[in-house]
Amino acid sequence: MANADCIVIQGSNMAECHPVAYQWVTEAKLRGATIIHVDPRFTRTSAVADKHVPIRVGSDIVFLGALINHVLTNGLYFEEYVRAYTNASALVSEDFADTEDLDGLFSGYDVETGAYDLRSWSYQSTEGGKVSGSGEGGSGSGGTVGEAGEEEHGGEKASRAAGHEHGAGGPPLDHANIAHDETLTDPRTVFQILKRHYARYTPELVEQLCGISREDFRYVADAVTSNSGRERTTCFAYAVGWTQHSLGAQFIRTAAILQLLLGNMGRPGGGIMALRGHASIQGSTDIPTLFNLLPGYLPMPMVGNHDTLEDYLAEIYSPRQKGFWSNADAYVVSLLKAWWGDAARADTTWAFDYLPRLSGNHNTYASVMGMIDGSVEGYFLLGQNPAVGSSHGRLQRRGMANLKWLVVRDLQLIESATFWKSGPEIATGDMRTEDIATEVFFFPAAAHAEKDGTFTQTQRLIQWHHKALDPPGDAQSELTFFYELGKRLRARLVGSTDPRDRPLLDLTWDYPEDAHGEPSADAVLKEINGTHLSGELTGKPLESYTQMKDDGTTSGGCWIYTGIYAGNVNHAKSKKPGRDQDSYAHEWAWAWPANRRILYNRASADPDGRPWSERKKIVWWDAETQKWTGDDVPDFPEATAPSYRPSPESSGVEAISGIDPFVMQADGKGWLFAPRGLLDGPLPTHYEAAESPVDSVLYPQQHNPARQLYPRRDNLLAPSAGEPGVEVYPFVFTTYRLTEHHTAGGMSRWLPYLAELQPEFFCEVSPELAAERGLTNGGWATIISPRSAIEARVLVTARLTPLTINGRTVHQIGLPYHWGVGGSGAVVDGDSANDLLGVTLDPNVSIQESKVASCDIVSGRRPRGAGLHQLVADYQRRAGVSTATGTQRLTAGVRPEAAAQTSAQERREEDE
Amino acid sequence: MSFWRNQLHGPTDPARDAAWDDPPPRKGFFTDTSICIGCKACEVACKEWNGIPMDTLGMTGTSYDNTRSLGASTWRHVAFIEQDADRIAAARASGRQLIDLGMPTARPALSPTAEPGTGSAADPLAQSATAPELPDFRWLIASDVCKHCTHAGCLDVCPTGALFRTEHGTVVVQDDVCNGCGYCVPACPFGVIDRREREGDQVAVKNEGIAQKCTLCYDRLQADQRPSCAQACPTTSISFGTLADMRTTAHARLQVLHAQGLTEARLYGADEDDGVGGTGSVFLLLDEPEVYGLPPDPRVTTADLPDIFRRAGWAGAAMLGTAAAAFLADVVTDAVLGRSGRKGLS
Repeated sequence: MANADCIVIQGSNMAECHPVAYQWVTEAKLRGATIIHVDPRFTRTSAVADKHVPIRVGSDIVFLGALINHVLTNGLYFEEYVRAYTNASALVSEDFADTEDLDGLFSGYDVETGAYDLRSWSYQSTEGGKVSGSGEGGSGSGGTVGEAGEEEHGGEKASRAAGHEHGAGGPPLDHANIAHDETLTDPRTVFQILKRHYARYTPELVEQLCGISREDFRYVADAVTSNSGRERTTCFAYAVGWTQHSLGAQFIRTAAILQLLLGNMGRPGGGIMALRGHASIQGSTDIPTLFNLLPGYLPMPMVGNHDTLEDYLAEIYSPRQKGFWSNADAYVVSLLKAWWGDAARADTTWAFDYLPRLSGNHNTYASVMGMIDGSVEGYFLLGQNPAVGSSHGRLQRRGMANLKWLVVRDLQLIESATFWKSGPEIATGDMRTEDIATEVFFFPAAAHAEKDGTFTQTQRLIQWHHKALDPPGDAQSELTFFYELGKRLRARLVGSTDPRDRPLLDLTWDYPEDAHGEPSADAVLKEINGTHLSGELTGKPLESYTQMKDDGTTSGGCWIYTGIYAGNVNHAKSKKPGRDQDSYAHEWAWAWPANRRILYNRASADPDGRPWSERKKIVWWDAETQKWTGDDVPDFPEATAPSYRPSPESSGVEAISGIDPFVMQADGKGWLFAPRGLLDGPLPTHYEAAESPVDSVLYPQQHNPARQLYPRRDNLLAPSAGEPGVEVYPFVFTTYRLTEHHTAGGMSRWLPYLAELQPEFFCEVSPELAAERGLTNGGWATIISPRSAIEARVLVTARLTPLTINGRTVHQIGLPYHWGVGGSGAVVDGDSANDLLGVTLDPNVSIQESKVASCDIVSGRRPRGAGLHQLVADYQRRAGVSTATGTQRLTAGVRPEAAAQTSAQERREEDE
Repeated sequence: MSFWRNQLHGPTDPARDAAWDDPPPRKGFFTDTSICIGCKACEVACKEWNGIPMDTLGMTGTSYDNTRSLGASTWRHVAFIEQDADRIAAARASGRQLIDLGMPTARPALSPTAEPGTGSAADPLAQSATAPELPDFRWLIASDVCKHCTHAGCLDVCPTGALFRTEHGTVVVQDDVCNGCGYCVPACPFGVIDRREREGDQVAVKNEGIAQKCTLCYDRLQADQRPSCAQACPTTSISFGTLADMRTTAHARLQVLHAQGLTEARLYGADEDDGVGGTGSVFLLLDEPEVYGLPPDPRVTTADLPDIFRRAGWAGAAMLGTAAAAFLADVVTDAVLGRSGRKGLS
């Protein structure tokens, strides 16, 4: 980021939530970069930016779409880059129909399941027909490539939130023989489709739906375009302000399209920075704590679909596609070897059947509803405080109260460990301690300075942290806890002949321990790196994932981390100071993959392999040595010349042409249009949030038709614009964090030095809203949603601005979510903002919509005891909400023909 | 006389004045408020390192500032000031006036770290074609700290010697020497030092009644470490180094901002001829000092001591003279009038 000429921070309050990373923005600013903050609130990030642009929460696609339109209409895109490195010239199937034609739906929508059939979004094939997703085993004969087999429908993908699988590379395609029109004039080219799709995203629409003036839009448009091109680069940074929406993944896609058009991907000072929310959230998706992933973004197999290894591999990649995903079989077999050692053999199909299978979408919210409904009996909470930190706190606490057992491992007795005796529901009489049968086990946890291990941060840097002192009392590291748990479980099963116990008994579970019984974190990292299992290198760590084999001669716990232990050295421990090395600092920690600091950096050079400019050079083709070289590890096959063009028959790494910089994509190109990978549209399109008092004038369809809905009595939604009762919850609120606290407060509300800095839960309101509702600075306010009512101290501030949307005023209320009630020993407490939220999820990754919802606000404190329910129920009654409110997939105004057309097309495809 | 002048006002090397032989270069802070993100890491790092107890607990309703002010248990304080367009315009205009009066910008750029193309020594304002548009709103954020004055009133009035001048030119309280008399508290023109009281329902507090303030991490300096606040600052808003370097950096940064047309930027504490002989903590502010709760023209309470002594001396002499004259006159009168004996008592 320090190399950027312009930085747009949107969907993130980077200075407050990532103060340490913000040093690079400061550095860029001191070097003369323009810093722009687009955010509903004027925050500490805005305070140090050159420009703050207030935006209505949830309207980002309108704003970014208008920037795309501006760039396309005025010819401001980086033409050479776009032509060579993106899929602009690819032709899309004749079956594809856009939202413009279908009242806000894309082709392929199924009203019954609420999911899309993705086939009509496919590329056209040079072999005839379409290029389909994967695993259809098409032979390329005739015009039906890839349509012979069974395509996985969006509905099934959604049932396992398949979007997570693209953390290390794009979705699979059957092959890369895609029809193109290099003139970009064919109406079916991606380029022309893009133009049409965003044609109505104008500065006027931005003014109308985002509340951003035309002057402010112009300022951003000029800053971004004048700081992009050969000589200059612009960078975007986002965080959960973009992700936590019912169409969160699409927010980021919109920025990706813009950055590809401007030529800002794979170049110094370019890119889109995903700012992660915790110290190692990146690490916990790489080596996942997610229900639907295996390490390295390999999908979790699903019962029925992936009963055999063959079925599974066919699903995740096509041997005929381009790039490094085509070696996924080696990554899978090496993982199974790492986990099950000698039990993973060719004759046991590498112990593939030891892997558990998914039976549905077991995201965290579905699990909580499972607790309430009795299908989930036990729960481990590790560094997580859902009673405060997750959406719909009441639902979370009710779920936990219905468990058989609950294990809480934390630094403090957080609210999730004490909800049964001092939670808000005990105070309201909703729950009685004596009725709660959950057996709660609390284990004190070691803090990061009390254990060895790694953090993987936003930039994919894996950094080692050394143990500085012993944990106090009984506190243990997670590593010790789980190693010990595994040992005890295995000891209990010794001698078992039940086949279901084999996966546990055959597990490689033999890490060296130190004198205190602490297993070696070094040894775990070495196992993750992977090892040669045969030949003269037996026992030596792998140097690179390209050495992984599918024949059982290598092991490796996470293919993208391979190389971190190259040369038998733990490179996560590299800590050479920045002043002693060049600016890319390859000897500070280790970045996956291959210690590469900028992904897709082949794109920093022109098609002939020369840097686009001296100022922005990083890797280039050295004609003398016939190799790629430069200041970073080139993200390209080292000896593939820029002039190399593969034959149509080739596949895998060989199929990467000299001008295919996006080596993890199935066709080597940056995707302006995504024929696969997203479940709610190949192009981002604006929909209103699940709860919104605003009418989107773009299409009759108001909400994301593929969003995940949970229509339940305990999860009621507020009416949106056009529905009766919308005036009962007239205001928009958004939730966020403050620098002074850490998420649900377990690491800050118990610490005097942090607690005193922001001691009380507060709401931020504009002076205008304060006047309208009689709120006084420092006084109390009660905020009511269809889920609950909470009280907060009032901070009246001009940092919040009422916006004029569709000609009427929209007030936004800010709620930091760090406080909770009932934790034991906390220095400060207060009501939880997350109690107000309901559960509506993005279809791609099952993220909750927690950045925008509807509420009312009144002066004064909330009722105590049963009165709280009464208040919430009164509001529900006045608004007339029921489980049907806000849960209709299609908006009333959508023409029956539009929905019918998509169904008809689907039927036609079924017939074929 | 010149000894006393140096000791109490004007430019000087305070460590040498305090009789340190061959002291190291004077140390200080430069706090650049234009890049402060208000994270308060300085407040927390300071408390952690120095073992300072929790302060008053409660929301103030004053923007994001719940720390209130510097004090015995707050040695770094981050102020948050929300301003509207009128106030911003006034700040830019008042800064412009300072420049027109030949204030600090007139100095040449000295820092080799100044970025090319962002500032020029000759006439920084000529560089900027137009000043950036005035925003509708801004949020000033500034981390305040003890000024470690060249002429420190707290130190001058301390009767026990608990406050002393270190070899780094900083001012430090020895809590085991301080007797809690509190003379230093009103002697500080910035309101920095204070005696520690119990807060809320605290039954005991470390160093109760003892005067406390920033030590510029004297213990860390001894070990060649930076003060904890500067170490923790993620954006280099707080820099630490020799005071000469800090002043140079401050002037260079000021020039850059002025070249961008941001005439509201100005330095605070960088003038050796001010009422405290310049401070060891230099600040770059974006508005008048009062806006941040800083005195516009701080003056050490002991600055006038020489004058006071001189005048007291003269007054004493004059009184003596008058008395003598009166006595002599009496004698002369008596002699002239031929009176004798004592004056009446009535």
